[in-house]
Amino acid sequence: MPDTVLEIAGLNGWYGESHVLHGVDLTVGQGEVVTLIGRNGVGKTTTLRAVMGILSKRSGTVKVMGAETIRLPPERVARLGVGYVPEERGIFASLTVTENLMLPPTLAPGGMSVDEIYRLFPNLKDRARSQGSKLSGGEQQMLAIARILRTGARFLLLDEPTEGLAPVIVEQIGQVLDTIKGKSLTVLLVEQNFRFAAKVADRHYVMESGKIVDMIGKAEIAGKMERLEEYLGV
Amino acid sequence: MSAMALFGQLLLGLINGSFYAMLSLGLAIVFGLLGIVNAAQGAFYMLGAFFAWMLGQYLGIGYWPSLALAPIGVALFGMLLERTIIRRVYNLDHLYGLLLTLGLFQIIQGLFVYWYGTSGQPYDYPDALAGGHNLGFMFMPNYRAWVVVASLILCFGTWYAIERTRLGSYLRAATENPTLVRAFGINVPLLVTLAFGGGVALAGIAGVLAAPIYQVNPLMGGNILITVFAVVVIGGFGSILGSIVTGLVLGVLEGFSKVFYPEASNMVIFAIMIVVLMLKPQGLFGRER
Repeated sequence: MPDTVLEIAGLNGWYGESHVLHGVDLTVGQGEVVTLIGRNGVGKTTTLRAVMGILSKRSGTVKVMGAETIRLPPERVARLGVGYVPEERGIFASLTVTENLMLPPTLAPGGMSVDEIYRLFPNLKDRARSQGSKLSGGEQQMLAIARILRTGARFLLLDEPTEGLAPVIVEQIGQVLDTIKGKSLTVLLVEQNFRFAAKVADRHYVMESGKIVDMIGKAEIAGKMERLEEYLGV
Repeated sequence: MSAMALFGQLLLGLINGSFYAMLSLGLAIVFGLLGIVNAAQGAFYMLGAFFAWMLGQYLGIGYWPSLALAPIGVALFGMLLERTIIRRVYNLDHLYGLLLTLGLFQIIQGLFVYWYGTSGQPYDYPDALAGGHNLGFMFMPNYRAWVVVASLILCFGTWYAIERTRLGSYLRAATENPTLVRAFGINVPLLVTLAFGGGVALAGIAGVLAAPIYQVNPLMGGNILITVFAVVVIGGFGSILGSIVTGLVLGVLEGFSKVFYPEASNMVIFAIMIVVLMLKPQGLFGRER
């Protein structure tokens, strides 16, 4: 396994005619939890979509586990061992909880078993036969994370997993992230909730207008709080 | 009126209903996943019958192998059209898909009219299904019983495959959010092509089953297609179970109307369509969009 799981250099991205990413550079090392933070609309979600290949109009370099992916379709990127949890969670309403959980194909050996997943997310076990549309926001988020833990993906892209959730659920998701770290999976996390991000992440990349403008390590947070608040506009 | 006549029309209705069900089921699968209202479905039905006839005429291949080979040929031809032509209109309004497939339908039908004329070619029953049984209340030709049973198995087998299997869950998920299904590592464009092939293969099988009953005629697809569209509107566009149940029930209703009020038999389905559209515009089994 290479030491660098994700290496992005000079990444540009477009939605139709509108130029959204203006040369993003960042790296994520094996076993790291790295966040992308910044205000709304600076290109955090778009960066994840560009890595995944969902944003097809892009240029630059995106290496996943050492393999260049800039021309690959999403299904080929996923097959490199990448799990994606979209911002809108993407729970399929017409599928049951179990079907949602079993939907993503196994990408590599070493994923969590269904039993392990139910131990980590006991609510999901109770709702196994419910339709995806019947879940609460928190349950949907749990399911969206659970289903990619099953696949054996070694690199997870999580887009705002705490958005709009009650504090007690945010805490549960924090514990899930600890479990993920304990399995030395690599995570690139988009997060608006900086207090949550500060607790779980090793490093933070700050984005502004489609570019990375700063990188802050865990140890530097206290000293850079003022600058961070300026970046995030809080 | 005699019981014989009543049950005879009931059987005829059930057979027509079986064809409606298979054709509208294929339409439902294709519309659900591709968003294409496939007006060429009737052409694939006609092609199924013609391929079976051609296999027999030119290669001496009999009914049973043709029952598998002709639909495979239809599916391959359909997948070729999907990859080369139909794929281009996915991101446009549904109307473009309808117009495109209507044009394809006219071209295919026109070619077969040009080559074979409109008088129709006879296609024989397989020997194993010749004759029939007297059930006491009616005479049941073996071939017609076979058509009803085979289409029921096909329809409910398809329903099971879509609603209860893993591949089916890919299809249902890709209907909702194809991008995310791709991001999980599933080749959705390939899945779409295969689903299109499966949807038109159902029409192809229906065509082979129909060949000994109605003869093989280039116009057979156009004749049935209008009714099938009405069935699909009544059942709810894109609904799998809806298209099966509605197809069978409406075939039977049409058969009954031939007994009790023959003048209305050609319009009973359309009258029902008007009522359903007024009371439940999304169709009996459809979800509101």
